[in-house]
Order: sequence, then structure tokens, then C-alpha cells
Amino acid sequence: MAIKERMSGNEAVSHAIGQINPDVMPAFPITPSTEIPQFVSTMIANGEIDTEFIPVESEHSSMSAAIGSSAAGARTLTATSSCGLALMWEVLYVAASNRLPIMMQVVNRALSGPININAEHSDSMGARDSGWLQIYAENNQEAYDNTIQAYRIAEHPDVKLPIMVCQDGFITSHAVENITLLEDEPVKAFVGEYNPEHYLLREDETMSVGPYALSPFCMEAKRAQAQAMMNAKKVILDVAKEFEAISGRSYGFFEEYRLEDAEYALVAIGSACGTIKDAIDKLREQGMKVGLLKVRVFRPFPGEEMANALKACKAIAIMDRCEGYNGNGGPLGAELTAALYRAKATAEVVNIIYGLSGRDVTVGDIEGIYEKLVKLAEGENLFGTYPYLGLRSR
Amino acid sequence: MALKAEQINEKTVWQDLTEGLQIHEAATSKLFETGEWRTNTPVWIQEKCKQCLLCVPYCPDSSIPVCENKREEFDYKHCKGCGICVKACPFHAIEMKEGK
Amino acid sequence: MRKLTEIRWHGRGGQGAKTAALLLADVAFNTGKHVQGFPEYGPERMGAPITAYDRISDTQIRVHSNIYEPDFVVVVDDTLLHSVDVTKGLKKDGAILVNTLKTKEEIIPLLNGYEGQVYIIDAHKVSMETLGKYFPNTPLLAAIVKVSELMEEDVFLREMEASLKHKFAKKPEVLEGNMKALKMAFQEVH
Repeated sequence: MAIKERMSGNEAVSHAIGQINPDVMPAFPITPSTEIPQFVSTMIANGEIDTEFIPVESEHSSMSAAIGSSAAGARTLTATSSCGLALMWEVLYVAASNRLPIMMQVVNRALSGPININAEHSDSMGARDSGWLQIYAENNQEAYDNTIQAYRIAEHPDVKLPIMVCQDGFITSHAVENITLLEDEPVKAFVGEYNPEHYLLREDETMSVGPYALSPFCMEAKRAQAQAMMNAKKVILDVAKEFEAISGRSYGFFEEYRLEDAEYALVAIGSACGTIKDAIDKLREQGMKVGLLKVRVFRPFPGEEMANALKACKAIAIMDRCEGYNGNGGPLGAELTAALYRAKATAEVVNIIYGLSGRDVTVGDIEGIYEKLVKLAEGENLFGTYPYLGLRSR
Repeated sequence: MALKAEQINEKTVWQDLTEGLQIHEAATSKLFETGEWRTNTPVWIQEKCKQCLLCVPYCPDSSIPVCENKREEFDYKHCKGCGICVKACPFHAIEMKEGK
Repeated sequence: MRKLTEIRWHGRGGQGAKTAALLLADVAFNTGKHVQGFPEYGPERMGAPITAYDRISDTQIRVHSNIYEPDFVVVVDDTLLHSVDVTKGLKKDGAILVNTLKTKEEIIPLLNGYEGQVYIIDAHKVSMETLGKYFPNTPLLAAIVKVSELMEEDVFLREMEASLKHKFAKKPEVLEGNMKALKMAFQEVH
């Protein structure tokens, strides 16, 4: 039986964590993800779960402890945001290269500076090449559902990679919204027990982890790790299908919203997608053929699949809630534009930077983009060379 | 089937490497004769040795075998010639000589 | 009743405007609505102006932007009327509710010529008489429910009693005080 509830995004993922009851959680608090270790330690204190919570002195330590715990054979979890994720940088790569299926809740927040606590994807986007899987959510429901699916993907023998489950700071993490929860039992049955083949605490096997590899071996090791990321694609879809069977909610690499016959499309990640959907419904009523491709899985990057879904569009705006500081646009823009080129797509493409550091995005803002896309397809570029949404400018 | 450590070499293709280059067996150092790296060599002077065994735990490469509570000749297949045992010995029963 | 009701709360850090917004979302959820209750974080300092929002709807809420054209505005602290444009975007067919010791005649000139309905409540008086301490949240919650006609008074009181009973299971005296505050607020708002 589905349970109708209302809760914030942080409460929702913490509820899923409580249902999963992972073995170990090392964590250091940082806004806006602080509530997650808070809620988890409350569940531990109340005797609801038996997760071992490790208070650490920094995020470098929380990730290091997570690596040790996961290598020892424990199902491991942590949570962070922004500068906390940045402080983990070095060890993120260690977790991935040692093939440790750690789950990390990332509540997306701007990296400094200027110092800001609000939603932006610069933190997880900065870690996009660290070898971690990355799944993003539009709302509390998706954050909850992604959390339940995360270990199944990460721990799959063909994958064995750590996973970031991302949601937008404050916009979903602190907003109370309706949600449909699953009962504990089906969640436990779905996630299952973690039984790794090799782990440091296995009594009948000696094992070494974290090797030094000379040049004749290191490149091959990295190629093998890249294969795990590619393998994750099938696993993500398989797990989504199984999840649909217990929840009735279907997931893929991305969601296509009224995209099938769309001539003008937006591509975006996270909470702004709900706002975009409202704008689409409004414009569709006026007869405009507009649609959205909402990216759920960013790592592995489903470039070919996305390009396919967008193939028939006349003009596409790729939305990045993250400045690339490369003079060329944002990460989603760069990667998807490349994928569209490979797929020989003929659409006009513009990459828009939006919503930095919590800058609000309204239905009206989105309508304005679609109107400009129509012009762009007709050969008139009203976006300029380096478009920022809602920027005050001379 | 994952390869054993002794089967992995510079001809191994990426598909055959173990996950994360983990090694799931013990004592694989036996497969690699690091003694080949040695430029200076410790020499055990048996007459001066009191069999106190202090040299044994100091050796970073476990290259001083012990049998029935007595040390034996160096394992020159793995001794890298660091010379720590020379400093550790209170009885000057180990000396370094130049070369292998 | 409106299909979608949007409410904006103005308060100061520490006064509980965010909590009040979340409480309203809670009680609306309990009556079967789709809800969204969220704060807008500025400087995280006691006393700094803060804004919180509620969306209450019969259908799923997808939009994730702030509210610029609210149906209702609640002002938790009337000193904000001098520094914050609280009626900005407020719909003419909506209403503003101000917690104040002043009279309506004194408040209206401070509302930038707002043409819609103006309601006031002295939450201080309600709170002190029923709870013995100044908690403006409870009276304001009842007042906005009355002003917005989000739900019937008896439905609201029933839902609040159920949720407060659960929340203060070990402090029945708190439950009683809060219920009194809610009922009194329904009478006091005008």
C-alpha cells in the first residue's frame, strides 16, 4: 500500500535511508544537507535503525571513512553539499577507482565564492568526472525514489561504482510537498542485503585494496573503470523497471515531457523542470509545439539517447545551473551539444546559464526562452552570444 | 574467472584485470623479487650475533627469516639493502658491503 | 474556492513565519490538498526579514518558483511594513493579514495603496491570554485560514486538534492552550 505523506526533500531521502538501514554513515554537516545526518542520527538514537554513525572532523574524513567502511564490506552512506563536496575531491576518485558502491546524498548548493548557500549544480557538476554515478531529482518524490534505487545500481556486479543522489538545495530539500511513500517491507525486499564477493573483513580471504599502479597497468585499469560506467546504463534501466513494478512510477535516463512532437525543446536538470512543465502546458494551449527533456542520469551520460529524443527539434535550449568558467558555457551544454553533433542533429542549439546561487526561475522566464527559440529557428538570434537567464545587464 | 596475481603482467589486457586492481590472495610479494633493486648488501656476521632478533621486526621487507626462534641468512631475493638492520643490531653483527 | 491558493508570509528570523507556513501546508495536506510550503533563505540572522510561501491546490504542484502574485499575504511583524513592500504583486481580489496592536485605519496607509481586503489581528493579545507566552504562529494560522477560506472552521479545528494531540502527547495543557488560541483567533481577526 502506498502511503500518502507530505515532507521535505531532506526528510524524504532520510525516510528512504531509514527503510534501507545502511551499515555505516560517516558524515560532516553542511547546509543545506545538514538535516540528513541529523534525521539519520535521530533514527539511530530512537533505535529505529542500527546504522553506525561516525562523526568526523571534515568532509575529507567523511569520504575517507566511507571508503574504509565500504572496502571492509559495509553498505555505506554519506551526505554533503557545496564546499563539503569540494573538500572530498581527492578521495572521491579513490572511492570510484577502488570500485566501492558508496551512496552519497548531494544537496546541490553553489560553490564559493561569493559565499552562497542556495541551489546551484556547480558542486556535483565539478565532480562529474570523478567516476561517480550521478542521478538528479526534480522533487522530493524523485529524490526518495532515486535513493531507493541507488544501491541496486551502485552495487550491481557489472557496475560497482559509488553513486551521488542529487537534489536542489532548499528548493526541494527544504520544501514540504506531497509524496507517496512505499511501505518498509517492499523497500527492504527491493534493496536487498549487501553481499559483496570480496571485502576486507572476509575471514577466509586476504585482500589488498587501493593499489599503486605503474604506467603499464594504470591506463588499462582506468579503461576497465570506464567500462563499469558504461555497464551502468543497462543496470539503471533494469533497476528502474523493477522499481516501477513495486511503485508504479517509471524512470529512465531522462523524462520526455510533451517532447514527442515538439519543435522547440528545453533540456534541464532538477527542480526547474517542474516550472518548465507548467510553462509548456501554458504554451501548448496556445498551440506552440514545445517540450522538455529532463535529465535524470548525468553519469553515465546518455548522450546518444538524448540526441535521439531531440532529433526532430528545430531549436533546443540546453539549461545549465552551473557556470563552466570556460568562456564556452556549462557542462550539460558542452556534452549534449557534442552528442547532438555526433548524431548529426540539425537543430539550432543554445546553451543558457540560469538559476545560479538560487536565482529564482519563473514560468514567465521559461516562456520567454521558448519564444526566443522560435525566432532562433527562423534565423534570428535574440539570445546573444553568452546567454544568462534573468541577468541584469547593460 | 579473475586472474591470479602471478598471471598478471604487462601483456594483460584491460578486460582481464581485477576490479579496481584488487588482489584477493596473500603473500604475492613472493612473486616479485625486489632484491634485484639492491645496490648495497647487508652481511650477517654469525660469530657476533647473539640471536636477540631485534633486526627481524625492523626489516621493512620481512627479509630476515626466523626458524625455531633463531634468525637465518637474509632472504636476498627480497632484501632491498636499506641498511636499517645494521642500525638496529646492538652487537654490530650486520655490516653493509657495497654492491649486490 | 480557488483551484490554487498562493500565500506569502513576511516575518523576521526567529518569529516562526517559516514554521507557520509549514503548519498551514500540513493542515491543508490533512484535508486532502496538494501542498507546497517553503522558506526563502536570506541572511540567516535573528531579526532579519524572511519570506516563506505556501501553495495549496487540488492538483499536483510542479512549479518550483517563489510566489510573485500571491492571493494572500501574512505579515507576522508590522514593523516590516516600513522596510518591505509586503503588498507587491498581491492580487486585488485577495487579502492581506497583518499581526498588529494598531488599528486597521493606522495600518492601511502603510500598505502602498493596496486596494484589496485588509485584515488585522492582535496575535499578541490572543497568545498571551491563551498560552501565557507570545507565540504569534498559532493565532495567525487560524486567522489566515479564516481570511482565505481555505477550509471550514470546524474542519480546521478538528485537524489541528488531531495533529497537536500527536505532537504534544505528553503535554495535554499545551494542547488545550493552543486550541483556545485558534478558536479565539477566529473571533479576533477582523
